[in-house]
Amino acid sequence: MNFGFSDEQDTIRETLARMLGDHATLEVAHDRLDSGEGFDTATWSALAEGGWLGLAMSEAEGGSGMGAVELAVLAEEIGRSLAAVPFLSVLGLAVPAIQSAGSEDQRKSLLPSLAEGRTIIATALAEDGGLAPHTVAAKVVQDRLSGQKSPVTFGAEATHALVAAKDEDGTPRLYLADLSASGVTKRALDPIDRTRPATEITFDNTPVELLPGSDPAAIQRLLNGAAVLAAFEQIGLAERVLALTTAYAGERRAFGRQIGSFQAVKHRLADMFAKIELARSNAFFGAWALASGDSRLSEAAAVARLTALDAVQFTTEESIQLHGGIGFTWAADPHLFLRRGWQLKAELGPADMWRERLLDNMADAQRAAS
Amino acid sequence: MDFSDSPDEAAFRAKAREWLEANATLRDGSEKAQDHFMARDADEVARARDWQARKADAGWAGLTWPSAFGGRDATPIEQVIWNQEEGRYAVPPNAFLIGIGLVGPTVMIHGTDDQKASVLPRALTGEDIWCQLFSEPAAGSDLAGIRTRARRDGDDWVISGQKVWTSGAHYSSHGILLARTDTQVPKHKGMTMFLVDMSDPAIETRSIRQISGSASFNEVFIDDLRVPDSARLGAESDGWKVALTTLMNERFSISVGRASGGARAEELIALAARVERNGRPAIEDGEVRAQLADFIARQRGLEFTSYRVMTSLSRGEAPGEEGSIGKLLLGKLRQEMGAFGMELAGSGAGISAATGDDVARWRNEYLTAPGNRIAGGSDEIQRTIIGERILGLPPEIRVDKDVAFSEL
Repeated sequence: MNFGFSDEQDTIRETLARMLGDHATLEVAHDRLDSGEGFDTATWSALAEGGWLGLAMSEAEGGSGMGAVELAVLAEEIGRSLAAVPFLSVLGLAVPAIQSAGSEDQRKSLLPSLAEGRTIIATALAEDGGLAPHTVAAKVVQDRLSGQKSPVTFGAEATHALVAAKDEDGTPRLYLADLSASGVTKRALDPIDRTRPATEITFDNTPVELLPGSDPAAIQRLLNGAAVLAAFEQIGLAERVLALTTAYAGERRAFGRQIGSFQAVKHRLADMFAKIELARSNAFFGAWALASGDSRLSEAAAVARLTALDAVQFTTEESIQLHGGIGFTWAADPHLFLRRGWQLKAELGPADMWRERLLDNMADAQRAAS
Repeated sequence: MDFSDSPDEAAFRAKAREWLEANATLRDGSEKAQDHFMARDADEVARARDWQARKADAGWAGLTWPSAFGGRDATPIEQVIWNQEEGRYAVPPNAFLIGIGLVGPTVMIHGTDDQKASVLPRALTGEDIWCQLFSEPAAGSDLAGIRTRARRDGDDWVISGQKVWTSGAHYSSHGILLARTDTQVPKHKGMTMFLVDMSDPAIETRSIRQISGSASFNEVFIDDLRVPDSARLGAESDGWKVALTTLMNERFSISVGRASGGARAEELIALAARVERNGRPAIEDGEVRAQLADFIARQRGLEFTSYRVMTSLSRGEAPGEEGSIGKLLLGKLRQEMGAFGMELAGSGAGISAATGDDVARWRNEYLTAPGNRIAGGSDEIQRTIIGERILGLPPEIRVDKDVAFSEL
């Protein structure tokens, strides 16, 4: 058993942290939030130039041939930096979808340009905020898509969308839509995190391409993989907000001492730490299951997601509280993390959806065992 | 990142399984409930001793001890593999955890050659059973506040005082005892460690009944216990250093043993499928489902946290940040699961055991869990440790730090 990162993976983390630290600072995050400009193209280009977008693609696909664990490291560092980039939609969902369910032509035409950052694929799975398969109303008839997807994160900036829609038999499948094609209408939404701009996209008889391998089971596997990577992004975020709150508690003085020396503050910070570490342990299980193709991926994804959601909500809310009055001002840092936390929750579905997935999966496992 | 056994680990597991197969019976669910570490009666003690002796004979006792002391030089991971495999069999409780896990390693580091020779082999075979005489009525979380006194008398020491919360003292043959030998220096500096014989008439043990109804720990009264200087473990006034070795090994023993403790969230799922709530199967109730999923997510997180601890250990690192959270989160999880099980089993009442075994089962879990939140460092102490040692927050103000014990 080896349940930790290797030295090489730690080196990747250090390199990434340096690079992201140069580009995606909290000042940049504040600027983007104020301007509503959203997408941080400079950081995305730097990630492309550094070869990070092709991390988990084979060399033939234009990448560097690493795996899910390295991708998890990237997710965590992006979460820590609050970079306003479409990591989850491109690297968490679109690339694995094309790799696992795309045709050879699709892999050849899309993966290299995804690695270079020229193609950006937004994921358009949800409708009316719901992600579950039975909420899909969008429909494809004779390779033409009609329906409305919302919210689509980075929908305005993306070149393509990965769309969940029913085929002519009523089965949910995944389709690729070129967003410059006919019948595409976008409407900007007002998300809680404006550094993660969201769009409602209406498709009206828009030409799309089916990912031939995208049967319902494949869609579930993709969601599970994305949940594991999102958990790492959430953990990075939570660790950063804990670090800056801990630093504040060490500086701020009241009643003649640093407030971090009071148990009411110290113990809250300890609880934040404990929730993050619990989520990290589950996320490790998820990364391992994802990398090894283990059958427990769906269980791993659900527990990683549930504990990560809890860790992010607790740490971001309590960070605002422990900062006192300054904590709920616009100019202070804590709300950047709170907003991103809610966005990461919205993009892959809330806790109740993952609780049901977990229990269904355990019932399946029990039936299989008996 | 690899979750499966390495070839060496798989070979170790196969060997362990082979020996267990030949020497023990697999659990079939019909066994009487028992504690992992505490024997409840003389019969369990006798069976535990017998099992320990057979393990020692075959080289399966004191796995992580150096072979020079009769151990197997096993890695922490191998210890965990053994615990997992042995846990599948109907074997008596491991009443030797303190002797092998805590006292042995402390004696190896701080003991004289004579002490090593007299303590280690008998601890390994289970002939001696050890208890830990540390906590006192006025010194629990603040262990360095102990008041039990040891005074020099010629070549001997005479010890008097009271210990409390001493697990297994009523069936232990020996104890590792922390006493105050100098009251004129600050509290951490005036203590000395001793190895004592529990059968001495100067020691009286009274059991303490817990809220669960069982009595696994004790008050120990020590009235002019005379021991030779050769019973001193480590230098005079070095008791705190020796105690820290013991406590570090306690944390290690708990971290490699934890994965197997307590009820499983899966048992609650099975229970929810058997009982009704609001006129329909409880497993179909939204609130019940949310709670069950939450328990599973937390329990998995704790299991995988223990794997992270083991990974650190197997890399030769001290158990790191992740080790301290298991202790903090497990007790509360058990308590919540116990409460939830009682409510499910008792259709919301959870009071009367007349409704069947399920209520009794979860009531016992519920009434046992508070002990997990206290023993081995309370939740509050764990949070302070995390805050100060891991997060680097400013320490508590300690008004007694530089004051002679006699002035406190």
